[in-house]
Amino acid sequence: MKPPKFEYHAPTSLDEALAALGRYGGDAKVLAGGQSLMPLLNFRLARPAALVDLNRIASLAYIREQNGQVRFGAMTRQRTIEFSPVVAQRLPLLKEATRWVGHLPIRTRGTIGGSIAHADPSAEYPAVLAALDGEVVARGAKGERVIRAADLFQTYLTTNLAPDEILTEVRLPAMPAGAGYALEEFARRHGDFAIVGIAAMVVREGQRCKTARLATAGAGPVPVRLRAAEEILEREGLGEAAIDAAARKATELVEPDADIHASADYRRHLAGVLTKRALVRAIGVARG
Amino acid sequence: MVTVRLKVNGVAHEGRCEPRKLLVDFIREDLGLTGTHVGCEHGICGACTIMYNGEAARSCIMLAVQADGAELVTVEGLMRDGKLHPLQEAFRDHHGLQCGFCTPGMLMTALDLLRTNPTPSEREIREGISAVLCRCTGYQGIVNAVRAAAPILAAGG
Repeated sequence: MKPPKFEYHAPTSLDEALAALGRYGGDAKVLAGGQSLMPLLNFRLARPAALVDLNRIASLAYIREQNGQVRFGAMTRQRTIEFSPVVAQRLPLLKEATRWVGHLPIRTRGTIGGSIAHADPSAEYPAVLAALDGEVVARGAKGERVIRAADLFQTYLTTNLAPDEILTEVRLPAMPAGAGYALEEFARRHGDFAIVGIAAMVVREGQRCKTARLATAGAGPVPVRLRAAEEILEREGLGEAAIDAAARKATELVEPDADIHASADYRRHLAGVLTKRALVRAIGVARG
Repeated sequence: MVTVRLKVNGVAHEGRCEPRKLLVDFIREDLGLTGTHVGCEHGICGACTIMYNGEAARSCIMLAVQADGAELVTVEGLMRDGKLHPLQEAFRDHHGLQCGFCTPGMLMTALDLLRTNPTPSEREIREGISAVLCRCTGYQGIVNAVRAAAPILAAGG
């Protein structure tokens, strides 16, 4: 199908974009990479009065290190992240996750800000944001605010961004040197949305686990940090028994829904299997 | 209505359309370049993949107005001096197509894959072309074609 009629704005600055968005009182949609919004428009599931296209705002695309974080302009393309030396060095988990985001011709257009603001629970970037306890910056008429991952995602496709706010930056704390990481995912076809995915990071000191991070994709309405499973590893170390206990805990912590792709039980099962796989691989590559 | 000026296969074009016009429809209907195919219209099948400012992108989930000022390459732009592009040759030699519907998308996707990864493994080729759905070939011929074309393109063919 074809999109319904809309008014189209392509501002070249963030201030112009915010002004345009403000004029429609919630009836406008922000267009980033368009890899989710355009299908919704083509299906006419979304019928906004206007689109505010961020693609001509050059100042929204950057990757820079600051205060121990890597900061991404919201319009940074996934393909840029895939090949970024800074990401490879500081955020190898994000680099690995990027390989799972859609397909090559999706990642050339898709953006980190768009993926996170769209808040599809089965998407990889929201899971990484949750796992690494990152934050996003939102700008609106009333100014700027920083939102932590745990506060951002509300439910399916819903964030706490106000209709007149634009997500401008994504901030991820740089991973400690030597941290192990893995993103394990099960999908029907590589590049499809995850049925379930698990993002993991492990900071080890010998057999001790200094920090463990686990977050889900596709196992509930929002990405979930599996804190109680992380605590098992931090308390009991990185042996096989602790990994198995953490994986079992993961199946208890998730609250998946059933849909056409998978039953809730199957998703719960996958959460355990993938937690174990992710931990084994993360521990295998961890140094320290 | 908006004015769209862009370059396709090295040739400058100008057209007028509604902002909601999809880029693939602009390419086919307004520019008459029907080599790029429209399949699913929601970014799943990949038949509409073109090169957009040097990178593969789905033209069914972009607006024509967004391409104002852009440089595109479509399947019509692959031939040089009346000769098939080495990737096209490889698709012909290795039975990389039957009905041909997905072929423009396969070619453009494989071009960007080989541009960014000139010596892909078979797994990387499969992962790369998983962006495009083919209902005829069982993919093996396409994988063979991309693998055969890789050293030729890497050598500057």
